[in-house]
Amino acid sequence: MDTLRLTAQAAGGMLERGEVSAAELHGVYRAAIDERDPELHAFLTTVDEVEGDGIPIAFKDLISTRGIETTAASKILAGYEPVFDATVATRCKQAGLPLLGKTNMDEFAMGSSTENSGFGPTRNPWDPERVPGGSSGGSTAAVSAGLAPWALGSDTGGSIKQPAALCGVVGLRPTYGTVSRYGIVAFASSLDQIGPIAKTVRDCALLYRIVSGRDPCDSTTVELPQPVELPQAEDLRGLRIGVPKELNETEGIEPGVTESVNAALEQARELGAELEECSLPRSVDFGLSCYYLIAPSEASSNLARYDGVRYGYRAEGDGDIRQLYARTRDAGFGDEPKRRIMLGTYALSAGYYEAFYGQAQKVRTLIKQEHDALFERFDLLASPTSPTVAFRLGERTQNPLAMYLSDVLTIPSNMAGLPGLSIPCGLSDGLPVGLQLIGPQFSENALFRAGHALEQALDFDYVPERLR
Amino acid sequence: MTWEPVIGLEIHVHLKTRTKMFCRCAVGALDEPNTRTCPVCLAFPGTLPVPNKRAIEMTLRLGLALGCEIPERAVFHRKNYFYPDNPKGYQISQYDEPLCVNGRLALPGPDGAVEIGITRAHLEEDAAKTLHVGGAEGRIHGATASLIDFNRAGTPLVEIVTEPDIRTPEQARRFLQLLRQTVVELGISDAEMEKGSLRFDVNVSVRPAGSDELRTRTELKNMNSFAFAARGIEREIDRQVAIYESGGEVEQETLHFDPGREDAPPLRSKEEAQDYRYFPEPDLVPVEPRLEWSPDELRAELPESPSARLERVLVAGLELRDAEALNAEPARVSLFEAIREAGVEARPAATFVLNDVARHGVDPARVNGAELAKVLMERDQIPREALDAAVAASANDDFSAAEYLAQRTVADASELDPVIDRILSENEEQVAAYQAGKEGLLGFFVGQVMRETRGKANPKAVNDRLREKLKA
Repeated sequence: MDTLRLTAQAAGGMLERGEVSAAELHGVYRAAIDERDPELHAFLTTVDEVEGDGIPIAFKDLISTRGIETTAASKILAGYEPVFDATVATRCKQAGLPLLGKTNMDEFAMGSSTENSGFGPTRNPWDPERVPGGSSGGSTAAVSAGLAPWALGSDTGGSIKQPAALCGVVGLRPTYGTVSRYGIVAFASSLDQIGPIAKTVRDCALLYRIVSGRDPCDSTTVELPQPVELPQAEDLRGLRIGVPKELNETEGIEPGVTESVNAALEQARELGAELEECSLPRSVDFGLSCYYLIAPSEASSNLARYDGVRYGYRAEGDGDIRQLYARTRDAGFGDEPKRRIMLGTYALSAGYYEAFYGQAQKVRTLIKQEHDALFERFDLLASPTSPTVAFRLGERTQNPLAMYLSDVLTIPSNMAGLPGLSIPCGLSDGLPVGLQLIGPQFSENALFRAGHALEQALDFDYVPERLR
Repeated sequence: MTWEPVIGLEIHVHLKTRTKMFCRCAVGALDEPNTRTCPVCLAFPGTLPVPNKRAIEMTLRLGLALGCEIPERAVFHRKNYFYPDNPKGYQISQYDEPLCVNGRLALPGPDGAVEIGITRAHLEEDAAKTLHVGGAEGRIHGATASLIDFNRAGTPLVEIVTEPDIRTPEQARRFLQLLRQTVVELGISDAEMEKGSLRFDVNVSVRPAGSDELRTRTELKNMNSFAFAARGIEREIDRQVAIYESGGEVEQETLHFDPGREDAPPLRSKEEAQDYRYFPEPDLVPVEPRLEWSPDELRAELPESPSARLERVLVAGLELRDAEALNAEPARVSLFEAIREAGVEARPAATFVLNDVARHGVDPARVNGAELAKVLMERDQIPREALDAAVAASANDDFSAAEYLAQRTVADASELDPVIDRILSENEEQVAAYQAGKEGLLGFFVGQVMRETRGKANPKAVNDRLREKLKA
């Protein structure tokens, strides 16, 4: 069985027709993991027990799984086994999806390359010298390399969309509040969203259908206004697509990326969509700066619970509680969480709050309004997902700002709580390019429809060339 | 110079909900340690708070009882600090958009009512409890280990903050008393200090009388009773006045009292410039109390406030002590008022409720006050036993005054005289002593007569006849 090509939907069909059992299917993927993951390091933990009679799945390692180590790729959580399942894990269990394992990520989802993992980086299946993107790089690499038919990731500033683009797979960041965060190791609560990663738009829709919907354990969730539809249409007739020039012309977008995206947009026009240039001046100008005030602020508070007292890593040695905290957190956290804890603590401090966090929240409202205004004229917005294709390991690790710029195109709509879909739209220098489609709140069905039609027309081969 | 104390209070009250503030653990701070816990209140990664609606409703009812405004929107904030009793590293509390604002509580007193402003009442979660072992008296200093009991972590807690409107330690005591009574009668808390379900801090400063400046204040913590607090405030006022009068400056500090030893001098600590980095709790959506509840309906369902009741009792002409004692139970006041309405004077009515009714262990709520008042008004005309029997029976459904009123005392001189004459003749020595000026002996003679008549004699008549006869 060729897991490199097998979609979740096709695997489901085989299960339904009895051509394969869930245990056999799980075994095939486990064998693929054993074969290819030593090179890629997409998984932090693998699971042998087959629980469920459905299509197997992989979870980003910040999704709590009862009795299975959940670390968020941080040494501070090494050995931590949750006593409960995250709501999304429960929903997958109820849908019969057996777990294949937990995937690598940037520590606490802080990063854009999966190099910030406390347990070593993941490599891009298209080129192992390159990063898979991040922070859900383990999940996107696993799907790309046929180590899982689909996976769950999380997206705070672009952590599903950007690695999906860099690995040539499909990723949805859902509308904020449509997927429960209960049991998700928190990074930035007002931005974190769990979402599906798969080879096709339909697979994403199927998985989104399973995990979405109001959860009484997460006060910020809502019921979907309409059920998830599997996309059928192969045209885009009547669809109005806005092309924000700031998202398409920002400094740093590689020519090869622009070329691929423009070709995809041309394809969209041929499918019947109306395209028009538009503008998001403040969203793109201020989005990244605001994000780097709000997300670290929330993170500084969310990460305070890792104190070595109740679970996870505790530093040895004598001394009082302050020393226990200091040593545990110093040894347990990597550089990036430390950097963001410091940024966030500073931004929330008395005397700075209004200038930083308070101001950023106001700008966030502006960003939302700017997007809302565009959605009076357009059904969807389109842009590249990432300014660049996959970069080399180590290329940006010494320059945090360059790393932060990886998310410059995904952050603005995330700040507005909007859904975004990244689909592969072509290659640049043999590496995948992602097209980002952004919709208004709860427009997932429209995103799936457009994504599916484009996917059919573009006919991108999602199997990494070197693995074909 | 005359100095005026400026006192403000912060009171914390545990709400009597079945479950905790943000998870579904049973409330049970005093149960077997760490048996009332779950991933949420232990702050396991990924857990999220879900607000307890009953707790919000209780807070709104308290706010309305304190005359507060209920804003359209209330927000939970995170208060960030590291401490082992604070498992998330932040406490979910409220900051600049609390559930209740701008209230007042009238403090009736002998010289009229004083209004104490209520700045706010907000809802938050309590911390866990730390127990330091191996050191002296459970203090952290010298301890070899600290144990944490998370049962209390997440217990709903209302914080009530007053304006600095209180001027005397006695007013502080009365405010705390009335506030405690208010929450107890609303049924939202046991408010028992010994169980830790009511705690309070006091802010004290002084200023020259007539000025409206606010000088440096000190904070008094851990006092275990209202009377203890009043004495602690008194001493703190004296201390501050002495400092100013000797040309010094009061330093901002916290005085930690030892709840076990009232006479021990409080430990002093400089107030650290603690920065809690408050920000809106992103895991919760704002509360819209006026949409989810109807303040008008909640207000209409409130019981009478203890403050209003106390005011009424004082107006009736009672001393503060008796008025407060009556007010401690609403049913006592109702009984007092029923007896008054039947024509008994305020003070004897109060004494009767506080002494006779209390002594017989009768539930004042069940007493037929109007009927009992009939007996009370005739207390001089019936034997003492009859009155006692009436009080004891007054809570019975079929209680009627007639039976007791039928037992008249003997007041007729023709019946009393033979007994009196005999007793006087049997006690010649005492008669002589009385007539020599020891008038206190009258009670002795009265007692003899009452015993002889087995309580049937009318005490007033006996008194009168005895005086008459002893005059000779």
